[in-house]
Amino acid sequence: MSDVLAVAEHRRGELRDVSFEVITASRELADATGGDVHLAVISGDVDGFADELNLDGVDLIHTVEHGDEFNHGVYTQTLTQLVDDCGPQYVVTPHTVNGLDYAPAVAQKIDYPLVTDAIGVDTNDGLTITRELYNGKTEATVAVSSDHALVTVRPGEWPPAEGDGSATIEAFDVTIDEAAVRSTVKGFEEVGAGDVDISEADVLVSVGRGIQEEENLDIIFDLAEALDATVSASRPIVDNGWLPQDRQVGQSGKKVTPDVYLAIGISGAVQHVAGMKGADTIVAINDDPSAPIYDIADYGIVDDLFDVVPALTEQFG
Amino acid sequence: MKLLVTVSETAEADDEFEIDGLSIDDRYLTFDLNEWDNYAIEEAVQVSESNDDVEVVTVTVGPERTEETIRQGLAKGADRAIRVWDDDLADVGLLDSGTKARLIAAVAQEEEPDLILSGVQSGDMAFAATGVALAADLGYEWAAVVNELDLDAENGVAHVHRELEGGVVELTDVELPAVLTIQTGINEPRYASLRGIRQAQTKPLDVTTPDELGVTLGESALSLTSLAEPETESDVEFFEGGADDTAGKLATLLRDKGVDA
Repeated sequence: MSDVLAVAEHRRGELRDVSFEVITASRELADATGGDVHLAVISGDVDGFADELNLDGVDLIHTVEHGDEFNHGVYTQTLTQLVDDCGPQYVVTPHTVNGLDYAPAVAQKIDYPLVTDAIGVDTNDGLTITRELYNGKTEATVAVSSDHALVTVRPGEWPPAEGDGSATIEAFDVTIDEAAVRSTVKGFEEVGAGDVDISEADVLVSVGRGIQEEENLDIIFDLAEALDATVSASRPIVDNGWLPQDRQVGQSGKKVTPDVYLAIGISGAVQHVAGMKGADTIVAINDDPSAPIYDIADYGIVDDLFDVVPALTEQFG
Repeated sequence: MKLLVTVSETAEADDEFEIDGLSIDDRYLTFDLNEWDNYAIEEAVQVSESNDDVEVVTVTVGPERTEETIRQGLAKGADRAIRVWDDDLADVGLLDSGTKARLIAAVAQEEEPDLILSGVQSGDMAFAATGVALAADLGYEWAAVVNELDLDAENGVAHVHRELEGGVVELTDVELPAVLTIQTGINEPRYASLRGIRQAQTKPLDVTTPDELGVTLGESALSLTSLAEPETESDVEFFEGGADDTAGKLATLLRDKGVDA
């Protein structure tokens, strides 16, 4: 009843980093409840994954062999039965695209309140979750009045679990109703195998919503040419179809680690920052001094990009 | 064939705002059609344009204020709209996704759509859970974070691309009836035409209550207990002055870092 059940994530034969982070978050909760940390490893090379995840803080690993890749029907049925079997107080899953494909369904089936995209947890007076509201502009705490909860945790917010563990590894005996699995994964594709690889660039001139119109991209390309740099973009530019997907920096695009990252008219949403925070030097040009990009930038110019960008191009002309 | 689109109104905060208790003061909020739902509406309208006999119905859980947003969906091509609300809902500080899903599921049970399109998330609350929770309640199949849809209505299959992290898409076949949560960028949402805006005023917009839908609202399991601007750990160095000054200083910095054509 005081236990915490974490769920691992893998894709195409490899564990994803967030699998190690959900263990840490679950250990934090279990230390407060005084329970054990259970970990569910579903589909793929479960024995190999279980060995890799047998880390300090994990008490029991449940493995379920069923197919190679993630399928939300299999995950939902397995987790519903596993929760029924071990009755955890909290279930912790990754706030990822696949996490979002089963966590809400599981929460409905087991009737646990769902709080998603947690960046912090507190158990002093019942469970309280810290998460962002209003597009990252505010941070809120959400209290859960129920004894139970399913919490999805944002990747990168908890450190990865490490140190050898001594968990018991057990195959969980699940009954999958195959007729109820009504979606089939046919394969995967990499997007944007174009001629530009932004992840290899030393200098990126990156453009966001602040550019306003497609025609205005000219001043960005002019600057990039003057700097001998590569042009990349944040999500809205790609959503609008102004630049191809292989130019997108961020969680759903590419991770980049240039020497210099020039963020122009980019507000710095968390999904974007996840893709560029590894840059050596980050320079932001944005007329909103409260834009979150300035939390991560090393240098900034709070001014109209339409004035600054041409002036900068001229400096290198 | 019938498509149901979940439409929500979201609040966008100004760059500068003040927090009043547990919410941002209304003066600093702009209410508008949720960005993700805009793409879901467009996708549904495109399905109706390329197939015969498709009805597009939108459903919204929201107060009377949201009717302006609902009319946007009608102006873009939805055929009719349903709005669910009552005073008890107004008293719920934080409507959890499970409850929202139960309300929409009750509407879906009456409408019996073949396909439900829902935005991946709302821009303000961003729980990203309603669509999949709805599918679980209805016993529909589902797919989350869809950025390409090829509907084979005849065979009752949706061929979708799910946008995974790191520039990878998953190709999945989903049996209908299903709920798909729609990602931005899947299409190019249209602007409503003047004719569309005029027509929207006369399209049906039915209002119902949880009571009429047979949904009993319990105590919300979630409550907002604090709201604050995040503490920034910024150690950014700002270049001051006019554009020529700041550009000059930045140029010097960039040359120091080895940037030069």
